[in-house]
Amino acid sequence: MDQKTDTATAEIDAYLKTQEQKNLLRFITCGSVDDGKSTFIGRLLWDSKLLFEDQLATLTAESKRVGTQNGEIDYALLLDGLQAEREQGITIDVAYRFFATDKRKFIVADTPGHEQYTRNMVTGASTADLAVILIDARKGVLIQTMRHSYLVNLLGIKKVVLAINKMDLVDYSEEVFEQIRSDYLKFAEQLNFEQITPIPVSALKGDNMIGASEAMAWYSGPSVLAHLEGVEIGAEDLSRPFRMPVQWVNRPNLDFRGFSGTIASGTIHVGDEIVEPASGRSSRISRIVTFDGDLEEAIAGQAVTLTLEDEIDISRGDILCATKDRPATADQFEAKIVWMSSDSMLPSRTYLLKLGTGTTAARVSNLKYTVNVNTMEQMASKKLELNEIGVCNLSLDKAISFDPYAENPGTGSFILIDRFTNATVAAGMIEFALRRAENIHWQSVDIHKEARAEQKRQKASVLWFTGLSGSGKSTIANLVEKKLHAMDKHTYLLDGDNVRHGLNKDLGFTDADRVENIRRVGETAKLMVDAGLITLVSFISPFRSERQMARGLLEDGEFLEVFVDTPLEICEARDIKGLYKKARAGEIKNFTGISSDYERPENAEIVIDGSRQSPEDSADQIVATLVERGVI
Amino acid sequence: MSTSRLTHLRQLEAESIHIFREVAAEFERPVMLYSIGKDSAVLLHLARKAFFPSPIPFPLLHVDTTWKFREMIHFRDTIVKDYGLELLVHINPEGVKQGVGPFTHGSALHTDIMKTEALKQALDQYKFDAAFGGARRDEEASRAKERVFSFRNEAHRWDPKNQRPELWNIYNGRVRKGESIRAFPLSNWTELDIWQYIYMEDIPIVPLYFAAERPVVEREGMLIMVDDDRMPLNEGETPMMKSVRFRTLGCYPLTGAIESTAATLPEIIQEMLVARTSERQGRQIDKDQAGSMEKKKQEGYF
Repeated sequence: MDQKTDTATAEIDAYLKTQEQKNLLRFITCGSVDDGKSTFIGRLLWDSKLLFEDQLATLTAESKRVGTQNGEIDYALLLDGLQAEREQGITIDVAYRFFATDKRKFIVADTPGHEQYTRNMVTGASTADLAVILIDARKGVLIQTMRHSYLVNLLGIKKVVLAINKMDLVDYSEEVFEQIRSDYLKFAEQLNFEQITPIPVSALKGDNMIGASEAMAWYSGPSVLAHLEGVEIGAEDLSRPFRMPVQWVNRPNLDFRGFSGTIASGTIHVGDEIVEPASGRSSRISRIVTFDGDLEEAIAGQAVTLTLEDEIDISRGDILCATKDRPATADQFEAKIVWMSSDSMLPSRTYLLKLGTGTTAARVSNLKYTVNVNTMEQMASKKLELNEIGVCNLSLDKAISFDPYAENPGTGSFILIDRFTNATVAAGMIEFALRRAENIHWQSVDIHKEARAEQKRQKASVLWFTGLSGSGKSTIANLVEKKLHAMDKHTYLLDGDNVRHGLNKDLGFTDADRVENIRRVGETAKLMVDAGLITLVSFISPFRSERQMARGLLEDGEFLEVFVDTPLEICEARDIKGLYKKARAGEIKNFTGISSDYERPENAEIVIDGSRQSPEDSADQIVATLVERGVI
Repeated sequence: MSTSRLTHLRQLEAESIHIFREVAAEFERPVMLYSIGKDSAVLLHLARKAFFPSPIPFPLLHVDTTWKFREMIHFRDTIVKDYGLELLVHINPEGVKQGVGPFTHGSALHTDIMKTEALKQALDQYKFDAAFGGARRDEEASRAKERVFSFRNEAHRWDPKNQRPELWNIYNGRVRKGESIRAFPLSNWTELDIWQYIYMEDIPIVPLYFAAERPVVEREGMLIMVDDDRMPLNEGETPMMKSVRFRTLGCYPLTGAIESTAATLPEIIQEMLVARTSERQGRQIDKDQAGSMEKKKQEGYF
């Protein structure tokens, strides 16, 4: 149907054509409610006529009901979306606001200024082109101002508006403004900002928000809105080398094979040479396909489908790159990470790392130090807690391609995902590749695992016994080993207590040490398997992710998890070593089942009901399973 | 990060396409919720762009409350046929059995049973693990904080206090069996963007958006269109013919019309630019109490 009829005035048509030429500026506002941040944003929304009458009516009614502003309009209510937060009077998350002028469309990330919410600010800043940092003119540059500036800088934002607010409360004093301005510029010397624009404002009265302020004739710079409308953005994406993470292989039929994705940086033309750096395979662009027709050229930010002259094997997660300017490819790199989960980051634990469109298993091999966001001091630490920022080495299970974040945020940023809760636990920014990885190769030998196991007439494997202290793991493992030995099988038993006397005697019982304990045992078991042995491991191993890590070290089918499922009451009643009594008395800290969690296996190959089965029956069941699986 | 050489609509378009492709690549059984309105029209247009030259690799799902405007259903069937789409229609059989409707059961119960419950039924029945919706953050306060990939537990509940942080354009699409996400490719679009894009791309929309003479009655300050003979008229109430249009489309008894003569897209956009009320104002569902949308969302309403 034709919706563009002649009745429309040429004027509106022309207006709409100019509207279509607008671009988009994303910015983040940093500051607390005390700095007048909500009033600041509310003012921009109101003055750009983005508040509707019914919204205003709701706002007025809500202001009276909740009443933090003595019945006056409380702009904070407009900005705090969720009811629970509203009643607590705090913003706890990131909210996005929209407004537009004739020149630009704006998306504002509104994030709280409170200390424990670093994660929200980092989230908001990750997509921002510019940051507005609010300062209360009466208070000047505070610790929180430095914190906000540090985080904005960490995420690579180069342009900052320093909105020195509440100028009406300091008699619009030029001296006050100048003092804060020079304090801030001095502080910001240690950061990488390219443009800092200080503006004296009163969000409440509207001075220098939209138009010039009569009360501050001494200020000749732009108003906040004029600056936001005019500031130049985004040019750097285009000057960077071409990168496109492949999202989806587009195969409607046998004659068409395209690679769909969003161009992260640079430009691409038909005929340009590209490479998939991990494999080194290269080709030329034959078509740039879109729904609206083929293009000759495509630029950063566009979502396109590329076809190539040669048939090369490319799949989701690969990054198509300019041949002449390739990214790094490595399985280890150094990165800054911001921890976003209340479960702390433990070195050696395996997480999923998503960079671009590819997901890889990764672990933090070395936490070098954490950074205090208030003082920027570096501190040694063994783990990373919620809202902490750390510099660390990550080790991946395969090599991937990436750029340093400072050179190319689109291919230098990643998130870490917990493999069990699936939560996004961290945001990361790559510093550089670690070359070390390329120089350590697994020593290949002529006599291999299968040969060694064959000689012993068995299949090398691991029986991993997990369960609470006192569940009967070691008793059963011991019986199984006796039975196997009697059958002329070659075995070795790694017992938790025994290993802790030697190999792991430097480790305690904190979460971090438990993870390392299991990592070492897992690696030892792997060597035993390589020697062709049936390896029995008897460890409480309370965390799913560590058992998963141990499983991941071995080949499919080699790892058999044996869950000795004995209820806590029974284990505690047995209390063979008297440990439960001590734990209850508080003499042992971090005792599994009492003061530390035991995460039950979900898919154990063998489950023993420790409350019903005798150790003898249990051992028989396990041996029978080994026969069934062809291990013996 | 923005690129200065893309216009804002082209940038929004590209970001939406990116979201469509991420979901299609990472989920086993995605579905697109199709409500026939203007946002759905844009959503569908973007989905066609995202996978071109392949067809859209997932079905559309319309949760039919049986009280939609007749013109909407007609439009839906035409579009599905013209574009060769796979459409699933779900109606809550329990609700039909009990004769649930907005006039007999009130708007809240009707919406709960025929929309929220029906949606959950359909998602469970087909075991969809991702459902695209056309919600926008500018629509309503509780939406402003919602993620693009909005996680739902096995009971389809949304936990606003425990959302996954979303950084850059990297989306976490990991869910366990039974869990799902709602994906919102239009999160960063405003109502004005939607109209401008419909105009720029010449996207077909339901004629109800354009002003025409229609039979309406006035109730509690809202103009309700008499779309079929299921609408009981109060004493002394006679439908009047008025030039009206709709800014938003839902169940006809719950959707208020506005008096207007805007019969073309430029006229609608012009009217919008001088408008002083938001589009949801025409929806009964939001008026019950402040935060009502947030409550509904926690319970699984889109």
